[in-house]
Amino acid sequence: MSIMQYNGSAIVAMAGKGCVAIAADKRLGQRALTVDTEFQKVFPITDRTYIGLPGLATDVKTLYDRFRMRVNLYKHNEERTIEPKTFSHLVSHMLYERRFGPYFVEPVVAGLDKNDEPYICGMDLIGCINFAKDFIVGGTASDNLYGMCESLWEPELGPEDLFETISQALLNAVDRDALSGWGAVVHIITPEGVITRDLKGRMD
Amino acid sequence: MNRFVEQLAANDVAELGMPGSLLAGPTAAMAGPTGHGLSFELAAGNNPAEFAQHFIDAKSEKDSLIKIAHGTTTLAFKFREGVMVATDSRATSGNVIASQTVKKVIEINPYLLGTMAGGAADCSFWERVLGMECRLHELRNKKRISVAAASKLLANLVYRYKGMGLSMGTMVAGWDEKGPGLYYVDSDGQRLANDIFSVGSGSTFAYGVLDSHYRYDMDIEEARDVARRAIYHATHRDAYSGGVVRMYLVQRDGWVPYPLEDVGDLYYQYHPEVQLTNRTESPLTVVPA
Repeated sequence: MSIMQYNGSAIVAMAGKGCVAIAADKRLGQRALTVDTEFQKVFPITDRTYIGLPGLATDVKTLYDRFRMRVNLYKHNEERTIEPKTFSHLVSHMLYERRFGPYFVEPVVAGLDKNDEPYICGMDLIGCINFAKDFIVGGTASDNLYGMCESLWEPELGPEDLFETISQALLNAVDRDALSGWGAVVHIITPEGVITRDLKGRMD
Repeated sequence: MNRFVEQLAANDVAELGMPGSLLAGPTAAMAGPTGHGLSFELAAGNNPAEFAQHFIDAKSEKDSLIKIAHGTTTLAFKFREGVMVATDSRATSGNVIASQTVKKVIEINPYLLGTMAGGAADCSFWERVLGMECRLHELRNKKRISVAAASKLLANLVYRYKGMGLSMGTMVAGWDEKGPGLYYVDSDGQRLANDIFSVGSGSTFAYGVLDSHYRYDMDIEEARDVARRAIYHATHRDAYSGGVVRMYLVQRDGWVPYPLEDVGDLYYQYHPEVQLTNRTESPLTVVPA
């Protein structure tokens, strides 16, 4: 078993019409043993940019703290909040700094830019950016998520429909993955603000 | 490791009788008799067992061609009213959940049950063979086989294949002239009698519940509750156990199954107080940043 499967996770981001969504499961495990069912894997970076960190839990926590520091420094130096695209390149750069001893996470970034346009992207563990117009998936259930997203996602979804789509995609993907699930959380980012919802899921 | 080859050298295939010619492939050598009218087609080579080992994941981690369902929770216990048998129903292949509706209780005959942990094919095949042997015992002796004898038959059967990659951890439960019977038999050839057993990757969690709530003088409803909770807690903590709870009660007149109970629903029955921090409302209300 690879280190990427040690804790288990499932994260998905989707773009809609003038809105984006990011959702994650809540399991923290040690291989087969489920330790925590309220583990946070998606973090707010600004009012309208979120990052999901599927992978090794110790690196999830370390990286979030480092991102927070770098984003605060950016705010002080630039006197403005960071754009999702800029933040993604910051993340990518920080990951490549550890090219020969990487953090074991595959980040998923979702946000709205200054023109209220959706921005989503994913990265591998050494910072190769994968930009997409539709959806980005990551974690132990990523194969399952690709299948769900390919069949459920459609362009121009409003906040209500995007919430339903991303929730169904995540819940059904984790129900076929042994290492993720145990509840989920969804964030819908709109120009007016962020809607955060917890989802009930199978707890086995 | 060389048992098949030794038997091959020691026995003439013709001695086998009926199944040899029916089952033999064009080039495959035949194994010696198993003593049960059964024989297996073998791979070509000096040591078929060693050849096959490469493809069978008996050592769990190896990336082999023949995948075996490893994750399981099964339990059985004797109590005042009989024997309660309960299992989960999940099958995994790597971290993919292959099925949530597996039958891990094998109905050997109306008075005997076997449980499945380890290799699914190994368990179902050899417990079917055991069913045949038990029927032959009935015909020969004009009475039903004891649970002790049946479990020993299975233990002896799998011991002949020790070291060849069989993987099974099974409980044989039933009712005979002496009353309720419960034995643990595994592919190492180990056979144990006891009042409580649990087998599989979730067994430690199930034992935790059984050890704290089990009493011999429980009534049927109490026993069902303990078995249900033990399986439920195992499925909650063990990633490779889940699905539904299958339960059987063995009494004087043989076993009866209970209706399946979905573990996904059980969590919210056992935790009615669970309230989500951010509840879903329709239509969605936007909280200004």
